Amino acid sequence: MAGKTLYEKLFDAHVVHEQDDGTALLYIDRHLVHEVTSPQAFEGLRLAGRKPWRTGAMLAVPDHNVPTTNRAGGIVDPVSREQVSTLDRNCQEFGVQEFPMADMRQGIVHIIGPEEGFTLPGATVVCGDSHTSTHGAIGALAFGIGTSEVEHVMATQTLLQKRTKTMQVRVEGELGPGVTAKDVVLAIIGKIGTAGGTGYAIEFAGSAIESLSIEGRMSVCNMSIEAGARAGMVAVDEKTVDYFRDKPFAPTGEMFERAAEYWRTLKSDPDAVFDKVVTLDGTKIEPQVSWGTSPEMVVPVNARVPDPAAESDPVKAEGMRNALKYMGLEANTPITDIQIDKVFIGSCTNARIEDLRAAAAAIKGRHVADNVTLAMVVPGSGLVREQAEKEGLDKIFLEAGFEWREPGCSMCLAMNADRLEPGERCASTSNRNFEGRQGQGGRTHLVSPAMAAAAAVAGHFVDVRQA
Amino acid sequence: MQAFTTHKGIVAPLDRSNVDTDAIIPKQYLKSVKRTGFGPTAFDDWRYLDPGEPGMDHSQRRKNPDFVLNQEPFDRATILLARENFGCGSSREHAVWALTDFGFRAVIAPSFADIFFNNSFKNGLLPIALKEEEVDAIFKAVAANPGLELEIDLPNQVVKAPDGSEYAFEIDSFRKHCLIEGLDDIALTLEHADKIKAYETAQMEKTPWLFNDLRGNVGG
Repeated sequence: MAGKTLYEKLFDAHVVHEQDDGTALLYIDRHLVHEVTSPQAFEGLRLAGRKPWRTGAMLAVPDHNVPTTNRAGGIVDPVSREQVSTLDRNCQEFGVQEFPMADMRQGIVHIIGPEEGFTLPGATVVCGDSHTSTHGAIGALAFGIGTSEVEHVMATQTLLQKRTKTMQVRVEGELGPGVTAKDVVLAIIGKIGTAGGTGYAIEFAGSAIESLSIEGRMSVCNMSIEAGARAGMVAVDEKTVDYFRDKPFAPTGEMFERAAEYWRTLKSDPDAVFDKVVTLDGTKIEPQVSWGTSPEMVVPVNARVPDPAAESDPVKAEGMRNALKYMGLEANTPITDIQIDKVFIGSCTNARIEDLRAAAAAIKGRHVADNVTLAMVVPGSGLVREQAEKEGLDKIFLEAGFEWREPGCSMCLAMNADRLEPGERCASTSNRNFEGRQGQGGRTHLVSPAMAAAAAVAGHFVDVRQA
Repeated sequence: MQAFTTHKGIVAPLDRSNVDTDAIIPKQYLKSVKRTGFGPTAFDDWRYLDPGEPGMDHSQRRKNPDFVLNQEPFDRATILLARENFGCGSSREHAVWALTDFGFRAVIAPSFADIFFNNSFKNGLLPIALKEEEVDAIFKAVAANPGLELEIDLPNQVVKAPDGSEYAFEIDSFRKHCLIEGLDDIALTLEHADKIKAYETAQMEKTPWLFNDLRGNVGG
């Protein structure tokens, strides 16, 4: 009998009960909660007279609606304010631990989970948020769910799940200088497509993935959903174990060693069989820039905007024409000729300390270009912000003309006041370039933190390796 | 949950692939703490020419006459037809609530994104995956005959067109059962409460560090 994949090991370890048709009741170890997708679930509990099964497995934080400036002044928008105070009230009523807006540990839910050691290797992790796949980077089975499932997990600590297919994405070889985890995952999505991972759990493997830091692996797993896969994961290695040595909610002392022993088993067996294997040559990956309105619409920085006339599939060609029109771009334009108006460095994809260090390194001693009206850095959490300030990164950003903001989701999806105006073009380290994602009529180009910072200085996209 | 057995209704052709949940319901409407009221702002950026915000009277806004759901008879459609990878992107269940609140009972497409697909079943919205050429044939039939009604028969897993064409579809047997009966997942799961407790007891021995709260031993 063939060995097990990491996904199968994680899934099997959490099966409470299995029906004849393969539908399993899967136990959920960690449930992250934010203000946008939880109010209807709490309300559902209330209406049915139910209590959360295990509040100790939950951690809540407001992140989508929170302001990134003048936080002491509270939330100006009354609708956003109501949503955040609803979370506060629900957490109080049901006894759920919350890091409220004023807490030093507040931040983007997927940044604070691992940062606190609340999400751990070997755990099942869910959140009413598609970027929950981030936590797969630490060898967890982590995926996003809808609000009905949020309520289901609250009430039962389980989910009804069927095993998905498994895909291994192997990236082999040494990444070139200036090529980051973000470029790797954009290149993967460009190759397999935005639905390439639908119905699969992806395991990222190969020497290029192994060489990434835990934070880099998080950037990769974060965007699994942009390839259609609900879950992405990376096997546990010593980097993973070491990452959790000093985290507040992680086990300590003997219990840590016992946990680490188990965590080290969390890798696919050598003879495990995946339903699909995709391989990329890491040495050939270049810094990436998205040009369209789907994350699969991505090219290397030195390429040109693709031409729909060269696309044989008529549905795809039509999608490309729609995208070019929305983006205000002509086919065959060199990517480096595209001028930008705003720069956003942040989001659950790229707002960890290493991301900020990379961006700061690309701008040190230089200044944001005149045509860039706003360049902002939004740290992923209060602790990331504090660490960056200890290292003096805030000064580098401020001296370069960037704004240094408070933590939250911010302009990744513009639920707070941070947004693009119609027609504005943004170099963004976030994860989605959908129409209107960063503000109605806004135009998003997805890039790495270093590429975003370099673009801020140049006023247009540049190859960070030559910047 | 609203049960689904059979349904007959007008088909609205939305000729796009990768329709994402940001397009189905833009972010500003996610600030609502309710499950209802999302219908008037479904596909907001495509449906209206002026920008929308929560709390507006959307009936007073300028509608985009080129958008299919603003056109007769598609404004009364209950079945949505789209291209591949429908519902990709964010996990927001608000996208499903927007479609059901608009009046849709089913979406037909060659493929769906996983989270949207799951969310649909929790709300009595039936996502039907047909072959690409079948979806294409329905697009052509609707173009030739706007207002065409399809009949969906869930117990027999078939979509029937007025010209006699029939399109069989697959559906997970458990999901089909829950949809036909309109069952509440949570009540069903709680029938297994003893098994969940037994699992926890066993796991507390195997992976105790994940159960600090239950062991009353925080930080251990």
